[in-house]
Amino acid sequence: MLQIDLWKRITIWLFCIAGLLLALPNGFYTRVESHNDAVAAIELQGATPELEAAASVWPDWMPSALVNLGLDLRGGAHLLAEVRLEDVYASRMDAMWPEIRDALRPERATVGGVRQQPSERGEIRVRIGEADGMARALEVVRGLARPVPTLSGVGATDIDVRAEGDVIIVTLSEAEKLSTDERTMQQSLEIIRNRIDEVGTREPTIQRQGAERILIQVPGIGSASELKDIIGTTAQLTFNPVVSRGSNPDASPGIGNKILPSLDEEGQYYTVESAPVVTGEELVDAQPSFDQNGNPAVSFRFNTSGARKFGDYTAENIGSPFAIILDDEVVSAPVIQSHIPGGSGIITGRFSVEESTTLAVLLRAGALPAGLDFLEERTIGPELGQDSIDAGKIATVVAFGGVLVFMALSYGLFGLFANVALIINIGLIFGLLSLVGATLTLPGIAGIVLTVGMAVDANVLVFERIREELKTARGPARAIELGYEKALSAILDANITTFITSVILFVMGSGPVRGFAITLGLGILTSVFTAIFVTRLMVVMWFERRRPKTIEV
Amino acid sequence: MRLRLVPKETSFDFFKRWKMWLGISALMMIVAFASFMIQGLNFGIDFRGGTTIRSESPLPVDIGVYRGAIDELGLGDVTITEVFDPTFGPEQNVAMIRIQAQDGQEAVTAELIADVENALIAVRPDIKFISVESVGPKVSGELVQTAAIAVLLAIGAVLIYIWLRFEWQFAVGAVVALVHDVILTIGVFSELQIRFDLAIIAALLTIVGYSLNDTVVVFDRVRENLRKYKQKSLSEVLNISINETLSRTMMTSVTTLLALIALFVLGGDVIRGFVFAMIWGVIIGTYSSVFVASTILLYLGVKRDWSKPDANAGNQYANIDA
Repeated sequence: MLQIDLWKRITIWLFCIAGLLLALPNGFYTRVESHNDAVAAIELQGATPELEAAASVWPDWMPSALVNLGLDLRGGAHLLAEVRLEDVYASRMDAMWPEIRDALRPERATVGGVRQQPSERGEIRVRIGEADGMARALEVVRGLARPVPTLSGVGATDIDVRAEGDVIIVTLSEAEKLSTDERTMQQSLEIIRNRIDEVGTREPTIQRQGAERILIQVPGIGSASELKDIIGTTAQLTFNPVVSRGSNPDASPGIGNKILPSLDEEGQYYTVESAPVVTGEELVDAQPSFDQNGNPAVSFRFNTSGARKFGDYTAENIGSPFAIILDDEVVSAPVIQSHIPGGSGIITGRFSVEESTTLAVLLRAGALPAGLDFLEERTIGPELGQDSIDAGKIATVVAFGGVLVFMALSYGLFGLFANVALIINIGLIFGLLSLVGATLTLPGIAGIVLTVGMAVDANVLVFERIREELKTARGPARAIELGYEKALSAILDANITTFITSVILFVMGSGPVRGFAITLGLGILTSVFTAIFVTRLMVVMWFERRRPKTIEV
Repeated sequence: MRLRLVPKETSFDFFKRWKMWLGISALMMIVAFASFMIQGLNFGIDFRGGTTIRSESPLPVDIGVYRGAIDELGLGDVTITEVFDPTFGPEQNVAMIRIQAQDGQEAVTAELIADVENALIAVRPDIKFISVESVGPKVSGELVQTAAIAVLLAIGAVLIYIWLRFEWQFAVGAVVALVHDVILTIGVFSELQIRFDLAIIAALLTIVGYSLNDTVVVFDRVRENLRKYKQKSLSEVLNISINETLSRTMMTSVTTLLALIALFVLGGDVIRGFVFAMIWGVIIGTYSSVFVASTILLYLGVKRDWSKPDANAGNQYANIDA
């Protein structure tokens, strides 16, 4: 009949208590949050009396996981960036020219003179003087290829080399492009994370999305453009030889050279060699400082190989100008006065103190390997978020109250059982949300409100069944038992179909849609649990104690 | 005394006027479709690309002044609407400014937003920008595609589930009802030109879920009654089943509506469109599970003569115990 084993009863109650305990910290949100922040800070930088005090506002033995509030509730900035992966191919090819030139130089007898030709982005074209020497030239250039480790096969190399007449064309191979893409994405993620950490905000989300996108969400930041200033700068620093300077941006630069504008002198353009002598990748440190005239500047230090290249170049080119280029703009082009052996130097330009500080931060965090395009940006002000939370809270309370009253009026005592289960249900949803670290968004609140409405459905199905069974007068115990048994398939079928849609929403959706799908999906799981286990247990316990001859549902 | 939404015993004949109900549904679908073809949907920036800026000022919103300031920038189509909400205080005068995606720009430009903000600050120094959202055309195109795929996938998955659990006729009935609900909801959004954004897709899929929930409960009872009343005609069995579940259908619809209406009135204007879609969906979903899904089932007929004993007798989950 209506027997439920003791161990099952204990398990059900334990589940409920665990869920409610996990949900509890959300009732004291700001308090738990400051506790968590303080604990994290102590771990990072050691304890101070203030931090200890902040940490003690919430007991350590209590669960302290919170539901993350989405940006629409907390305020903050959201950016979706696409990484220009082709940038990397292009800079790889630019850097290839000196290597090819040096490799072909000893073969001058067979291949003749070597000249770089105009080419598309991401490839390099080299014309050789003696077309008959092509076979040898190709062999030499192919000799520059390095193997790429791939899963699919062995023998893949990083470059494809082919000949068209007397022109050698070098491009990156598909295998190398794939592995470069992967590396570029990893590096971009890492550098964006470093830069945001330098600014120091709470729990930013930095996620890769698909093959070439990065999603960045920073709660509490005032605007997306502020965020873009930090992460939108590539901070690609290179040191290139200067060919000439002038005022015409459309002049023909000559092959292997490019024309770049000056950062601080309007209308000035420099023609520089495309292949850099040293790049910012070889920097080990950058600090804001001042030059000998007391103007803000950034001092830097190279690693060993960078220092050697820098030293060799300055020794050989005393008296020639040398361009310091940041993101395709010439910061300054000093004339080399003397050999600079130590591998450290200083970048001067017309910086303000803030600019030199930002530049130092960016150089220290490292250059982004490729530029970013921003596809989507959203800024939600904290006031709007607070308004939404307040409105959501009131709506939830009213919705909740309405449903509770309605259920009690409709089903009497059984309605009260359903109401207790409903409260447990909401607790379980928040407990689960905290446990999995899901993010609660505004549509997520709507999902919870909808769950409140739908959670009673399972109970309603059962109660209506019990009413029907009572009509055939089989006695209350039998009616309750049959009610639960017969309603089960409808409950499961109905909820499984809704659950399927919530899973699809979660997989296909992004942002707010996903937040909604999570609360809806979890809400279905918990409401099925409470309806077929918790209310049933309550009904059974009540029935065992009272043993009523008749019941009214 | 118990509160009862429907009498203890009901014996409405739901199929007496089935032609009329199907006619009404067909007419509503035609209107929805025509509206969709003629005036289309008022797509939000999620699907069309562009920028929305939400501004708040202690002074009343003067759309003319705002427009004058922004028009000088030559940004093409700019829509400015004042937002009213009962939860706003007197100091909260909120406007939404929507700027179309600029030609030839894949990405979002910060300069454009800064220009608009500066132009507005010039005419209203105390204005605040409480949210700024920009979506590039590249992403918005993808969002439309993913959204459409999501809705189709959901309907497909549900079709398969019901076909596996019931008979194909049930699945067809349920899916026709679903498509009916989705079309009518899109129709309402088109007719009233309510902004259609990403959240509305979430609402649409929830309607799919809710409508199904209702349909499945009715069908579950139909399946049970088909075994119980072997001699009765299909239309009689359907009628009995709908009547038996009517009390539950009303209870659930009313509690859900109760919750949703609370959210509609008190939940703020940000999610009002979203909640409206769900309210409409609950009403339409309840209607369609009774009048559309069942009528389709009646029309298609169900195989009643099982020569072998049914493996699902009782029901499949009957052995699950608490």
